[in-house]
Amino acid sequence: MTAAVEAVGWGWRHAGRRGWALRRLDLVVEEGERVLLLGPSGAGKSTLLAGLSGLLHAPEAGDEEGRLLVGGRPAADVAGHAGLVFQDPSSYLVMGRVGDEVAFGLENRAVPPEEIWPTVAEALATVDLGYPLHHPTDRLSGGEQQRLAIADVVAARPRLWLLDEPTANLDPDGADLVRATLRQLLATSAATLVLVEHRVGLLLDLIDRVVVLEPGGAVAADGPPAEVFVGGGPTLRQAGVWVPGPPPPRFAPPRPPGPPVVAGEALTVAYPGASRPALADVDITAYAGQALAVTGPNGSGKTTLGLVLASLLRPTSGAVRFLAGGPPGEFARWRPRQLVRWVGTVFQEPEHQFVASTVADELAVGPRRAGMSEEASGRRVAELLERLALRPLAKANPFTLSGGEKRRLSVATALATDPALLVLDEPTFGQDARTWGEMAALLAEQRDAGRALVIATHDEELVDAVADRTVRLESGRVLAGVDPPGTSGTDGTGRRARRRPPAAPVGDQPTAAGR
Amino acid sequence: MTALAAPPIARGLGRLNPSAKLGAAVVVMVGLLVTADPVTPSLVLAAELAALPLARVPARTVAALAWPLPLAAVGVAVANLVASSAEPAVTAGISLRLIAIALPGVLVFASTDPVDLCDSLVQQLRVPARFAYGALAAFRLLPLLRQEWLTIRRARRARGIDAGRSPLGGLRLFGSSVYALLVAAIRRGTRLALAMDSRGFDSRTPRTAARRQVVTAADWALLAAAMAVVGAANGVAVAVGAWHPLLG
Repeated sequence: MTAAVEAVGWGWRHAGRRGWALRRLDLVVEEGERVLLLGPSGAGKSTLLAGLSGLLHAPEAGDEEGRLLVGGRPAADVAGHAGLVFQDPSSYLVMGRVGDEVAFGLENRAVPPEEIWPTVAEALATVDLGYPLHHPTDRLSGGEQQRLAIADVVAARPRLWLLDEPTANLDPDGADLVRATLRQLLATSAATLVLVEHRVGLLLDLIDRVVVLEPGGAVAADGPPAEVFVGGGPTLRQAGVWVPGPPPPRFAPPRPPGPPVVAGEALTVAYPGASRPALADVDITAYAGQALAVTGPNGSGKTTLGLVLASLLRPTSGAVRFLAGGPPGEFARWRPRQLVRWVGTVFQEPEHQFVASTVADELAVGPRRAGMSEEASGRRVAELLERLALRPLAKANPFTLSGGEKRRLSVATALATDPALLVLDEPTFGQDARTWGEMAALLAEQRDAGRALVIATHDEELVDAVADRTVRLESGRVLAGVDPPGTSGTDGTGRRARRRPPAAPVGDQPTAAGR
Repeated sequence: MTALAAPPIARGLGRLNPSAKLGAAVVVMVGLLVTADPVTPSLVLAAELAALPLARVPARTVAALAWPLPLAAVGVAVANLVASSAEPAVTAGISLRLIAIALPGVLVFASTDPVDLCDSLVQQLRVPARFAYGALAAFRLLPLLRQEWLTIRRARRARGIDAGRSPLGGLRLFGSSVYALLVAAIRRGTRLALAMDSRGFDSRTPRTAARRQVVTAADWALLAAAMAVVGAANGVAVAVGAWHPLLG
């Protein structure tokens, strides 16, 4: 019987790159196996999936060595025969309507027209997406879009499923539904599965084999999950692989929080053309030396709230006040160079905030704009390069850094002016276990240095590790939270409420009750 | 089967084949570009306005799309009268022609779903699918790029970067934002191309069509009517001695 996947000394170098993304890979996956592919950032996991789905065509797209076979045929010749689900569904949906989206793949495979719509309906029912066929795809939530992407694969009935972190971009509820869908599908199918997933714990029951790649492409470990995780756990963790196990330790704050730094009252933001406001009547305060987590499903207003608190978006109504100093005048109207001195913002995509051509220049932008002397800003840059381990990259172009490095640099730029308030949007998104740990520690350190942190995230482990207080948003409203202290309800997520009592006011300010 | 996939609004022009509608608009355009007299476009425009109720396109939609047309026509007329020695009759002809050519375009646009248009272009006019559906998918990215643009501008504010008081600073800020948007657009475009390829859009095998676009007698009637109207209008202009060729 032909193997489902066979790599023989396979390697791939993307066009224009000096290094190989992956090299000398030897791997055989038998028909029907369910393989979890692990490895630290940069180990070439996504490249392998792209290769298996026939997306890598030498020599136009890069250089290939060795052989990569799918069902006994060169992978590049069977493009479109494997079903691939990407990480971020919104950028990978092709058509504007639910039915057309599923039909698209069937048309490409030349399925007879009379079979297309029954197959579409069946696939949508399988993933439990009960919208009419003409429902616009951009009105689906992230989790629904991902289930639609899975329906695309279901309809195509591939023998090889390739999933590239299918739940990484989703909020916990959306991710749960996607996992349930996958579980049900794979239970009733004989298809081969190759899954890449960082946070592997919740999908472990789908897997019967774990393959760990080293940076460069060699297979570091290969075997049943129990064997690989028990035997190599600590080593794997060291290398940045998420290994199922106890949750990371909590960084408890050393002392009660300080005075309020930023306060929003009755914040409402209505985007033009939207059916409901993105934020509705939100009261919120962030305190010095305290990390405030803002959680909630995708589209609940987390990012919008962060933008308003960072004075990057003016609320439609309501007011934000900055209470830790700064120039006179309304906070929402501060000049950018005034703002950068007091508030550091970290965007979800680091590339958005890069403006210079070297890492060192990037770090100097903020201090210079804030009016710091050339000498003082030079000192600050040197200090940050050292502290955030960016020294070897000082001359590199920010856009060429790895995902973890980009994230670290974007936080470093926000810290460069020593701001009183740090607003972060999904700071741990896309990080491997090692860079995740570094980020959590860095955030705890900033909080302990007396900054107020506002962290919009759906990373529950991050919330558990560093947040002192949680506000949960749903449809733009505060669902639960402890803000302002003593006036509104209990702690945010049920999970956290179980673990520790809700924050209780001490004097006039809330404090975090550690575990 | 199309009914399953299409939203339930199909009447008047909305029921007709997109390629046929496009063809009719082109017939009108060509028929009006051969002559520079004011009579032909007046007659064609009168026929278009008379047929407007048959199109069943909501008046509000037409108004929203077509309101710049009269302004443009007046602008063209004024510019011509002031800046050139053209006779008033010729000037009126140019302005009327502008409206008579643009109105069918507006109606086609207002009554045609972009997906139907692509389907029809591929099925009736043999436009390569890669081009038609690629353009359609790229079109869907526009709102996302608008969002990226806002984010990029906000990120610059967060970094302390503003135009300051000098226009040069404003230009520099705009330039660097445009560059960042370009990077983002390329990244998104690449992802979309990957998504399409991963679903077999790249393979050289023939495609089938989930949504069939058919050409019916009504579509041929529309084309015939367009030809008849521009033919008759040109004929009348010749008969009354107003017709004269645009070139020559």
